[in-house]
Amino acid sequence: MIDQHIASAFDRDLEEIQAHLMKMGGMVENAIREGAKSLKSRDEELAEKVRKADRQIDALDMQIQEECARVLALRQPIASDLRTVLTVMKVAANLERIGDYAKNMAKRTTVLVHMQPIDGASGAIKRMASEVRQMLTDALDAYIRRDEELAQDVRHRDLEVDQMYNALFREFLTFMMEDPRNISSCMHLHFIAKNIERMGDHVTSIADQVIYLVSGELPDEARPKGNSANYQLQIEDTDEADA
Amino acid sequence: MKDMKISAKNVQVYYGDTHAIKDVSVEIEDNTVTAFIGPSGCGKSTFLRCLNRMNDTIDICRVEGDILLDGEDIYDKRVDPVQLRAKVGMVFQKPNPFPKSIYDNIAYGPRIHGLARNKAELDEIVEKSLRRGAIWDEVKDRLHAPGTGLSGGQQQRLCIARAVATEPEVLLMDEPCSALDPIATAQVEELIDELRQSYSVVIVTHSMQQAARVSQKTAFFHLGNLVEYDDTTKIFTNPEDPRTESYITGRIG
Repeated sequence: MIDQHIASAFDRDLEEIQAHLMKMGGMVENAIREGAKSLKSRDEELAEKVRKADRQIDALDMQIQEECARVLALRQPIASDLRTVLTVMKVAANLERIGDYAKNMAKRTTVLVHMQPIDGASGAIKRMASEVRQMLTDALDAYIRRDEELAQDVRHRDLEVDQMYNALFREFLTFMMEDPRNISSCMHLHFIAKNIERMGDHVTSIADQVIYLVSGELPDEARPKGNSANYQLQIEDTDEADA
Repeated sequence: MKDMKISAKNVQVYYGDTHAIKDVSVEIEDNTVTAFIGPSGCGKSTFLRCLNRMNDTIDICRVEGDILLDGEDIYDKRVDPVQLRAKVGMVFQKPNPFPKSIYDNIAYGPRIHGLARNKAELDEIVEKSLRRGAIWDEVKDRLHAPGTGLSGGQQQRLCIARAVATEPEVLLMDEPCSALDPIATAQVEELIDELRQSYSVVIVTHSMQQAARVSQKTAFFHLGNLVEYDDTTKIFTNPEDPRTESYITGRIG
């Protein structure tokens, strides 16, 4: 709805909340980018910066939730206004979780810099993080433009992230079986990869919310999931190891 | 699926040259609260008044189309409007008790329609109606005090009790809470929800929140047209028509 409310203060409230959400989105995009960069370049200082920045993301989430509660109490929004407020609340919660995962990536980076690097792993993780970050950028663009099609596109791209995770999972298993001294760093790297995969799920949830915001209905069509192969893989690999 | 109580088809209303209701068709369900919403002058009250032929009292008003109550045309020549209004009761914006005692306010309708054979039966009707109007406990000790001496909220519940005294099948309410404070409004809304068990209730309201709270179906009128008619939840979460959206969200539309 481009039309303005008769009560212009209501418009200002909604615009302000959404501006805060977008600011939060930008901070989270940054956290993913810099978290992955700190891992790749073994930059402890940058990792520390990412960890600290998460506090601001959390504070902004709190602020947005409070602002939404205030609008619900004072304006009793309905129809598209209600969907806007509900969407902002959920998207902010998703962003906050993604921020936590980025912080965790930075935290593990500060440990990993003191370990022997694993060949190619941090590059692959950075590519995965950059794919998720691009999905997040597009999901937030879809939010701003109320673009259902772009949101659908984002949902489907989560499959690629799942596949990247599966490939990394297999790679880390191999490294660990080759040399038990790799186990410690591979475990950290695996958690990072898993967390990025979870970020992808949160981005997908943001895209779902955009669809709800625009159409009034959450998408019911099941999106393709790339996880099942993993469990298969685990069993096979265990068999191999036994043999 | 509930039974249809009132079925209006292609209703047109004219006040002289003014085309006030433009081809409105709507099915009103039994045991359901239906809310009519829309900006002032959109025709919602006019349409409500068609449902018990209150517009008959306005000389220049002309109604076309069919309005069926339980399948019978209420505008048929053989239908007596007074009998019709006993079946289709009405409550107005401003509480308008008769300048009589509380008892006589309720007893008036049953008396003229011959619903009671003796004093005992009439007493019973009065008590039952006041209980249904959720005001019995407040007035049972002063039934012969004037109805006009009650507070605004009590007067409105007295009027609702008066409307149900003739055992109507449909209750029309035109802005029944606009002159009431929030507590009295909540009491009347609670009452409306209870009345739904026995009647089909149609309410005109300017309060969107009230429509959302009390009704199961909502009809949005604009410039004499019925723009959208759907489940209340649908109208207030995801209306189909952009005009409905603009109106309910408080935008210039």
